[in-house]
Amino acid sequence: MNVPSAWYLILAAVLFGIGATGLLVRRNVLVMFMCIELMLNAVNLTFVTFARMLNDVGGQVDVFFVLVVAAAEVVVGLSIIVAMFRRRAAATADDIHGLKG
Amino acid sequence: MDWAVYLVGAAMILTGALGVILLRNPVHCALMLVFTMFGIFLEFINQGADFLAAVQIIVYAGAVVILFLFVIMFLGVDRKEAIGAERLRFQRPLAILLGLVALVEILALSRVDHWVSGAPAQSGALKGAGSNVAKLGQSLYTGYLLPFEMTAALLVIAVVAAVVMSRRHQPSAGEMSPAAQKELRESHQSALSASDPSLAGRLEAPSE
Repeated sequence: MNVPSAWYLILAAVLFGIGATGLLVRRNVLVMFMCIELMLNAVNLTFVTFARMLNDVGGQVDVFFVLVVAAAEVVVGLSIIVAMFRRRAAATADDIHGLKG
Repeated sequence: MDWAVYLVGAAMILTGALGVILLRNPVHCALMLVFTMFGIFLEFINQGADFLAAVQIIVYAGAVVILFLFVIMFLGVDRKEAIGAERLRFQRPLAILLGLVALVEILALSRVDHWVSGAPAQSGALKGAGSNVAKLGQSLYTGYLLPFEMTAALLVIAVVAAVVMSRRHQPSAGEMSPAAQKELRESHQSALSASDPSLAGRLEAPSE
């Protein structure tokens, strides 16, 4: 018995909501980054579900590109965090206020 | 069988996601992220996306989370987050409210709007004879060739950016004063003769 696509879409929406909440709640920069990964994975799950629903391979190709972009994003983001920590040992987003007037 | 796999995957995804946003220690958060990835893996397998499921585990659990853990250990931030001082008042209740609003919006939109246009597949059918990998590769190297090659450029740019940003700034020879150059040469000289006495005096000052 097949699981209806709606169940996957609801699961993806809930995962996206949890990721968005985490991004707003947490103040540790690394954990905020992990929450972005959660949201990206929710979107990947939606893409795969629609690919199956519409019988279109394009959705799965999109997930492939999302994976590549996520990898590049993690590399650049983490090197920004390392460079930031090197200037001052700041673990939370509140400590990044160098541009504050 | 399908339902069982779906439910196990959903339980793993929700447990892992809640763990990421609720646990205090960043190392535990990273491990819960791996747990979520395995849940996503199950859902992908359940929907016949075999290749993406494998890539998901290799890229996320194998590379991305390891990179996260590496940075956490490298920076020594695996201590607990200071909870007491909230700079922004009411941040937590406001954030939970906004997250709930986002979730309700997504669910409401999916109820009132049409998901499916009914148009036939544009980039190739997913079902039918042949393996998942073959169809994905066929589509990737024909219709999506240009974006695929642009991802190569993107990855090179990301690597260069990471090297440039994480490098410690060292003044090059042109920027150094003559006194600093002399000091650096002497320190190299002493280190060289300390390691191997036969090399002493090999590093001479350049003739003017």
